[in-house]
Amino acid sequence: MKLNLKVNGENKVFDIDVRDTLMDVLRANGYTSVKHGCETGECGACTVIINRKTVNTCIYPALKAENSDVITCEGLEKDGKLSILQEKFIEMGAIQCGYCTPGMLLSAHALLMKNPNPRLEDVKDALSGNFCRCTGYKKPVDAVMAAAKEMKGGE
Amino acid sequence: MDNKNDFMVNSAEVKKKLSEIGKNKRKVDGDKIARGRALYVGDIKMPIDKLYHAKIMHSPHAHAIIKKIDASRALALKGVVGVYSHENIPRVQYTTAGQNYPEPSPYDTVMFDYKVRYAGDRVCAVLAETPELAEEALALIKVEYEVLPAILDMRESIGNKVIIHDELDSTGILDKTKNIAAHVKAEVGDAQKAFSAADFVFENEYSVQYVQAAPVEPHIAITYFDENDRIVMYCSTQVPFHSRRIVARALGIPVQKIRVIKPRTGGSFGVKQEILIEDVCAMLTHLTKKAVKLEYSRKEEFSSSRTRHPQILTIKTGFKKDGTMTALSMKLLANTGAYGSHALTVQCNTGSKALCLYKAPNVFFEATIVYTNLPVAGALRGYGGPQGYFALDSHLEECAKKMGVDSIELRHKNQVKVGDELPLTKALGEGREGFMQTLKTCGMQECLDKVLKDIDYYNKKKKYAEENKKSSIKRGVGIAMTMHGSGIPGVDMGAASIKINDDGSFNLLCGATDLGTGSDTILSQIAAEVLKVPTSKILIYSSDTDITPFDVGAYASSTTYISGVAIAKAAKQCLDQIIKVGAHLLSEKLEDLYCENSSVISKKTKKSVSYTDVALYTLYKEDQFQIMGSGSHITYDCPPPFCVQGCEVEVDTETGKIKLVKFSSAVDCGLAVNPVMAEGQIEGGVHMGLGYALCEELKFDAKGVMTNPGFLDYKMLSTLDMPEMYTHIVETYEPSGPFGTKSVSEIPVDGPAPAVANAVENACSVRIYDLPITSEKLLNALLEKK
Repeated sequence: MKLNLKVNGENKVFDIDVRDTLMDVLRANGYTSVKHGCETGECGACTVIINRKTVNTCIYPALKAENSDVITCEGLEKDGKLSILQEKFIEMGAIQCGYCTPGMLLSAHALLMKNPNPRLEDVKDALSGNFCRCTGYKKPVDAVMAAAKEMKGGE
Repeated sequence: MDNKNDFMVNSAEVKKKLSEIGKNKRKVDGDKIARGRALYVGDIKMPIDKLYHAKIMHSPHAHAIIKKIDASRALALKGVVGVYSHENIPRVQYTTAGQNYPEPSPYDTVMFDYKVRYAGDRVCAVLAETPELAEEALALIKVEYEVLPAILDMRESIGNKVIIHDELDSTGILDKTKNIAAHVKAEVGDAQKAFSAADFVFENEYSVQYVQAAPVEPHIAITYFDENDRIVMYCSTQVPFHSRRIVARALGIPVQKIRVIKPRTGGSFGVKQEILIEDVCAMLTHLTKKAVKLEYSRKEEFSSSRTRHPQILTIKTGFKKDGTMTALSMKLLANTGAYGSHALTVQCNTGSKALCLYKAPNVFFEATIVYTNLPVAGALRGYGGPQGYFALDSHLEECAKKMGVDSIELRHKNQVKVGDELPLTKALGEGREGFMQTLKTCGMQECLDKVLKDIDYYNKKKKYAEENKKSSIKRGVGIAMTMHGSGIPGVDMGAASIKINDDGSFNLLCGATDLGTGSDTILSQIAAEVLKVPTSKILIYSSDTDITPFDVGAYASSTTYISGVAIAKAAKQCLDQIIKVGAHLLSEKLEDLYCENSSVISKKTKKSVSYTDVALYTLYKEDQFQIMGSGSHITYDCPPPFCVQGCEVEVDTETGKIKLVKFSSAVDCGLAVNPVMAEGQIEGGVHMGLGYALCEELKFDAKGVMTNPGFLDYKMLSTLDMPEMYTHIVETYEPSGPFGTKSVSEIPVDGPAPAVANAVENACSVRIYDLPITSEKLLNALLEKK
């Protein structure tokens, strides 16, 4: 069957199986930033933004996403230029193995869309569903705070 | 800086002249990761027509004989290629431990056996056209078991009538009839005699639990035959070269028939220093000629992977009245689970890493490693260190309390100092005798100063002692001091090659394995420093057994310290050739030239020739040749990094709840090649260490079946649980390391557990001897004390 989606601003039609999760569909169609970490919506590696909200796609039936607006990590850059958030993650050492990074970036992106002035607690809360075994979370949280500050400065 | 690029000479003066090292260079794979374009094993489009999917059936029983496997219904399913078990897979004994050849772990594992030895052990595998079909087929296979009594407590292993490894063909097991995988004993001086003569003798028992590395990327492998009929293995591994060798043995084919490629890896931490699934994946490709993908689910990653060795440790110390430690003894019983992966070496490391920090003239160490019918232990970041330091550092805190002296002074007084020999390093090597180490650098004092200041240790201790009297919420502070190693001396070898390109860029090929640690960046920085080019001119490609030179892989905190020198040597060879060509082109003598910023420059005239011109000349113009270099490195040195960690906790004595308030770490890692990345290593290690201290624990029911194989029930700390963190790098200049480096990746995991245990005890006067310090355990201890 067919699934209509807008992914990173582009309208797409995907062939899907009724049992597919959104993670299966996105990964099969080249959006490999959506990572498999568990199958139970616990680790956050498969996070994408659907209609401005973060979702764990490994437990999200693909069918349910019909006509949704999806942002994956591939969609965070604009015309090949990295977003401030992506830059801060690289510069500030918030990336180690990088497997959780796309999910973390999207959780942070979703937060900053809603709340451009987050407090430290807001950032910690927004990233609390993204497991990272490498960084101890300090640098990712600091990177989001720094990005928020710089984005505000740019306005 | 002149031509002589002696990367082995180190001082603060040299550091000032460095342009690429000691700088926070951009992570070389950072951009593609941030853009979501980095390719991990599961993301790569393979040059194959069709990918088949394997799934493994795991044993529901802790100990059983497989009487019969009826796969007829599974095989009847359209799209199922085959079912594989001991009935149709050749029986070859090997170890899954990805260690140097000959591996110091027993050959006690076959791919599929007629017997299962823990709940989660392999029973059989299915290969099918889709993962769903493979799952469906698994459910249709009927297995008849003869369930055997199981050993689920390591204290009951020795002398039990249940024999876990009763097969005849396994080798390297110390005593199969007693379920003893390995045993090691080492002594310096005469500890027994020293205890008799000591003014104070203290003894305590500690125990540590089963925990999981839990990398966010589960184990995954894809294997296929290439056009040359060789098996290509893409796998998420720390040890591509060991993996190639061990899989070749398991399949009974020559090493030359296998190529292992490690792309980006989504975290490893030791659990991928293991040939966990690629043996099955490659075997199915070998048998069926099909491309096969085998990927663990999270549940499998918990229940059928590898863990940190649980141990029961007895520490005994003897002191003179003035606090001088005269004797130190550690006896431990360790549980390796159903197979002996890393059994001997992890436990050797528990002794050598923890005990070497103290210079008692009489030291005794003994470890007995036993089999149980529980999950298999293996390598995990710290490799025995966290177990040993939880016991030792908790114990020393208690000794100080009993002697009425300051615990930090007691530790400091008895710790090794620069110039001291570490005799236990000779007695305890990598499963054999090691090499005597003499301490050349030590930044412990400076580390201590920084952490005491962050925690405001002495003031808080005094202040909280007063405040705690009036409140049910009690606060406390605790410190732990640790030491680790840098590589395995005389064992670890890394190699690299470098060549110049037309535009003055360089290809760096190295066997070293970046697991997310950032070694691709650090090693590029080292090459760039020696070559006198910006790090951006280095194109690194690592960990491909067909293309890159050998490296033992990423473990034992060895990559910067060992592989780094190999890279510096290869770069130096290139540099020498570049200068020679430069001398010809500038018509100058070698000694009148130096290199800087991708150019060869005349000291006298300041005339220069760029590396691009040098490259173009050598590749196309005259007397053509390829400027290239190669290097290997092995060393008998193993300089220890040092670390002090401190924390502040808040204990609610009515509920037992422990809140981490603040955590500070200072690490003497030698010179930090990339300080921000080194900090990241420390902070990540702290996270894993705090989980070990407080909440991470694999649990089992009465039949030995894991009851919490998932992130919901296996608690790891999240952003909301982490304390306010402070991280310091204390630089020393290690003369044996490339540009003064030692290591940083494992040591931060050693100290959090004792630091937390000491802080909890400081807060509420209850000492917890068995990890993790859960609220429930603490509350029970508080109630008992009342």
